[in-house]
Amino acid sequence: MIYLPHTDEDISSMLQVLGIDNLDDLFSTLPEDCRFNGDLNLPEALSEWELNDHMSTLSRNMAVSPEYKVFLGAGSYDHFIPASVSYLLSRSEFVTSYTPYQPEMSQGTLQAIYEYQTLAARLLGMEVATASHYDGATALAEALLMAVRITKRNKVVVSSLIHPLYRRVVQTYFEPTGYEVEELPYLNTGVTDATGLDEMNDLAAVAIQSPNFFGCIENLRVLGQKTHNKEALFVTSFTEALAYGLLKNPGSQGADIVGGEGQSLGIPRSFGGPALGILASGKKHMRSLPGRLVGKTKDLDGKTGFVLTLATREQHIRREKATSNICTNNSLCALAAAMYLASVGGTGIRKLARLNYDKAEYLKKKLKKAGVTITFDTPTFNEFVVEFPSGFETTYKHLLEKKIIAGLCLAPYYPELANHYLLCVTETKSKNDMDALVREVKS
Amino acid sequence: MKEALGTTGLLLNEPLLWEKGKKGRCGFSLPRRDVEPAFLDQELIGEGPDFPDLSEVDVVRHYTRLAQWNFGVDTGMYPLGSCTMKYSPKTNEKQASLPGFTGAHPLLPSGLSQGSLKMMFEFEQYLNEITGMHATTLQPAAGAHGELTGMLIINAFHKKQGYQRSKIIIPDTAHGTNPASVSLCGFRPVSVTSNEQGILSVESIAEIMDPDTAGIMVTNPNTLGLFEENIQKIAEIVHGKGGLVYCDGANMNAVMGMVKMGDIGIDVMQLNLHKTFSTPHGGGGPGSGPVSVAKHLEPFLPVPRVIEENGAYILAEDYPDSIGKISAFHGALGVVIKAYSYIRRMGPENLKKASQLAVLNANYIKEMLKGTLHLPYDRPCMHECVFSDKHQAAQKIATLDMAKRLMDYGFHPPTVYFPLVVPGAIMVEPTETESKEDIDQFVETFKAIANEACE
Repeated sequence: MIYLPHTDEDISSMLQVLGIDNLDDLFSTLPEDCRFNGDLNLPEALSEWELNDHMSTLSRNMAVSPEYKVFLGAGSYDHFIPASVSYLLSRSEFVTSYTPYQPEMSQGTLQAIYEYQTLAARLLGMEVATASHYDGATALAEALLMAVRITKRNKVVVSSLIHPLYRRVVQTYFEPTGYEVEELPYLNTGVTDATGLDEMNDLAAVAIQSPNFFGCIENLRVLGQKTHNKEALFVTSFTEALAYGLLKNPGSQGADIVGGEGQSLGIPRSFGGPALGILASGKKHMRSLPGRLVGKTKDLDGKTGFVLTLATREQHIRREKATSNICTNNSLCALAAAMYLASVGGTGIRKLARLNYDKAEYLKKKLKKAGVTITFDTPTFNEFVVEFPSGFETTYKHLLEKKIIAGLCLAPYYPELANHYLLCVTETKSKNDMDALVREVKS
Repeated sequence: MKEALGTTGLLLNEPLLWEKGKKGRCGFSLPRRDVEPAFLDQELIGEGPDFPDLSEVDVVRHYTRLAQWNFGVDTGMYPLGSCTMKYSPKTNEKQASLPGFTGAHPLLPSGLSQGSLKMMFEFEQYLNEITGMHATTLQPAAGAHGELTGMLIINAFHKKQGYQRSKIIIPDTAHGTNPASVSLCGFRPVSVTSNEQGILSVESIAEIMDPDTAGIMVTNPNTLGLFEENIQKIAEIVHGKGGLVYCDGANMNAVMGMVKMGDIGIDVMQLNLHKTFSTPHGGGGPGSGPVSVAKHLEPFLPVPRVIEENGAYILAEDYPDSIGKISAFHGALGVVIKAYSYIRRMGPENLKKASQLAVLNANYIKEMLKGTLHLPYDRPCMHECVFSDKHQAAQKIATLDMAKRLMDYGFHPPTVYFPLVVPGAIMVEPTETESKEDIDQFVETFKAIANEACE
């Protein structure tokens, strides 16, 4: 096996040093009744070339663009990734290193993550971003737990227009804690109905996603003010990070903590993971942030260097008193986002986000013209809800055969929205792709 | 001694991103604009993020230089104890980057995602076989996330029994994440000390296990690199009082094909694919921490579950006792593909051999260095061995000094000052992918450093 470098001669000379005869004797301290003496029932080893065949067969059994025209968003977005990003990201010095516990040997990772934190904080208009988390859902759950810790109150309120799967992850995290999670309904304009807040007291946080699950842009400023009137923390979430290249960022609208998903920033969809949880706050709450933080410092000679910082919040020092049990970040995903944002740049991200917006508006306009109902008239980014005529399931299946995936059926998530679909357009969809979809829907 | 692999380091002055570039540059090929600009309310538009503008060359040089400033397994030996820094085969990277996998949307209809679903289904079966457990979820995104998932399952199990318990027993040789995972679930960790042999005694558990204790969380092999020999009797005691046994499987690399955790009383465990199954650590992630459970805990696994129905694979949601969702989608599938490729390339015999050679390498280092460094537990170890700086104390040389000096010689240092039960701990885990020559050079280097300490 080419991954195992030992020759028979190596093995016997090493065994000799240990004074034993065979490899099995190494396990002499295992009690006999703990030993498994059979053979593992696994497929026999493949050669590298056989593996290539096997995996390429599996991977071909997946519907992906450009062969399929996929109008699915809902927390996972199709964006172009420059070759330079994929290429740089495969540098094995980045790929095969561990968490940077020894800063002398990991300045590369540390500087890159420090830069990522700064880029993420600037994108969101916040003061501090962590070194990253598992995904948008867990970042939101951590943001809400953080709000509970800061305010010492036990109840959080989340908008029903936060991604339904994120809300389920929040439920899972909150279940054993005894903290309460309540939901705010939505208005027929496709944004959160916050009137119920007036009746609620003793809240740790109010959480709003914008653009929300329907793609609609929430009025964060007003919602933030309402939240602050209740002396609760304003937590915002997002699934489409690119939106803030164009729209007002959550920090400028009063967000105290932001937790969302950065997959849009140069990370392939990969069936949903690995992803990039982005978590940011004001400096005021920095010491309550879970997970890793990289800081800039000077060495004894006055040279700039980077280290993991404020580690006393963390599990390996504080054990059960830590701010969370997280001991890693999704470092390589954060690195991908940093490389992507560096490549797109300040001028580029504006243009790219605007192009995304314009393309989605084009499809919206065309569908409307074709007689399809656009459910909500609130402005949207990249995604929007449409109501297709009843019986559209058949058309949907028919379109799948034509290699068009006409959005996400909303009924499983919002039972009141039968026949409603969430459509997504990014810069990867051409005018022709969109025209084809409209033609098919019309017929 | 052979010439050292390292020097006192490669230093680069690479400015921060925003100290580079010039307004108006771009390193991204903007897609063709084939639609007209649409109306957008000015009220909604922000100022745009304050990012630098860089050319593609600027970006490529920046990150190439940063990469050169980093040390990885591909650069040299990285014997971090408890981290299993084994070689990450390159074919795994290639498979994970196939367009059918990278381009797949997580909410594709199952009929259009049979490739990934089949891979997930088979991989769960492989992990069931390796662990001797009954069912597996791939949703947890990292080892600590798997621990949390396991604790949530234990919590849900007791709730279903109608009596919520408040404590979890955690040995002093546990990973630091263990007590944090436990308290995140509302349990109170109760610490128990290991005996003079470095393992748990049956008596110590019998003494504290009571009907208010939900279970025990054991790292096995433990962080001293020792197999918990009394695990079966401990499991009997815990089960006898209605508790469950969680095994932190981060150290599974020692016992693949040698021990099946499901056969020795374990109810639930996590595996760290970035340790045992060779996926790269990526400077701190992404990892993947699947959780495997015994039959009585299967109803509590996260949803959706991949199941096979009439030769096709589907995602099933209908498990009323499930703890729910622990990730937005299906977990770190891009990482799972690499671990799947590893298992397929290795096959059953080589997986077992990998564990044997990992244990051989660790014991060889223990034997070769035990005169040079103090060895607190002088008995056969598993995949890692733990020394201390006791012999060097007279010269006022501490673990940290030796660790930093190792870098000058071209090695990444071992894990230091952990586990906490050994003061000044030096925890060495070579893994099976280091050759005898590299290990000999590591040993020689450590001896040279110890000699320097005497000078």
